[in-house]
Amino acid sequence: MINRLGDSLDFQSQALMLRSERQRLLASNIANADTPGYVARDMDFTAALREATGSGPAAGQALRAGLAGLPGQGGVAGEAHLRYATPSQSNLDGNSVDMDRERASFADNSVKYEATLRFINGHVRTMLDAMKSPQQG
Amino acid sequence: MSMFRIFDVSGSAVSAQSQRLNVVASNLANADTVAGPDGKAYKARHVVFQTELMGELGAAGVRVSSVGEDNTAGRRVHDPKHPGADAEGYVTYSNVNTVEEMVNMISASRSYQNNLEVMNAAKSLLLKTLQMGQS
Repeated sequence: MINRLGDSLDFQSQALMLRSERQRLLASNIANADTPGYVARDMDFTAALREATGSGPAAGQALRAGLAGLPGQGGVAGEAHLRYATPSQSNLDGNSVDMDRERASFADNSVKYEATLRFINGHVRTMLDAMKSPQQG
Repeated sequence: MSMFRIFDVSGSAVSAQSQRLNVVASNLANADTVAGPDGKAYKARHVVFQTELMGELGAAGVRVSSVGEDNTAGRRVHDPKHPGADAEGYVTYSNVNTVEEMVNMISASRSYQNNLEVMNAAKSLLLKTLQMGQS
């Protein structure tokens, strides 16, 4: 029982890590909105989460352990899940940041990050309730 | 925790944009500067942004790689009565394009605001993360 709750918590924590990484990626895009030649990047969240949690919690840990050995790559998601954005309107200076899209993605990711946080809080509360003895009410 | 990098990324962007705003301010202030005795008027300056990788994968900040001078010729106005006029009666003003600088200013201040908002969002998310499991 507690094992199953732990697995579920692990899934949510992987999702939270990926969300925070995507947040950082979007922040980088917004920061480089005026840099000539910068190409906006975004994460394939579905694929990244599937790989991070893929075949049970072991896959995520293996991926993290593999990335920890590489210098400058402390994240859960590898380079493989980063995609280059195709600009809807091309820019003469080679910059492909679409500020409207980045802001929308940023807001979307913030809300989903918070949702994941609430799921984790809910799980913790459920576990704590399950641990309580009947006398404690 | 990768979210802490957002402060580095957005912070670098904010400081780069404020430097851009500074350069715009100095250009606008010198928009009507005339050439001195050496015949050289103020030249408009422009910042050049460059992406700066910040250690972790996908964390890309900004830095001002250089501040370049605009080398186009300055405005020449025929005004023989002006104390700064040359032998032919022409006064050379600086080559600042005021309209361009105003557009630059608006763009810089918008980007500044954007990055500040990103930092605020990251801050509130991190504060909520700190309270994980307590509610």
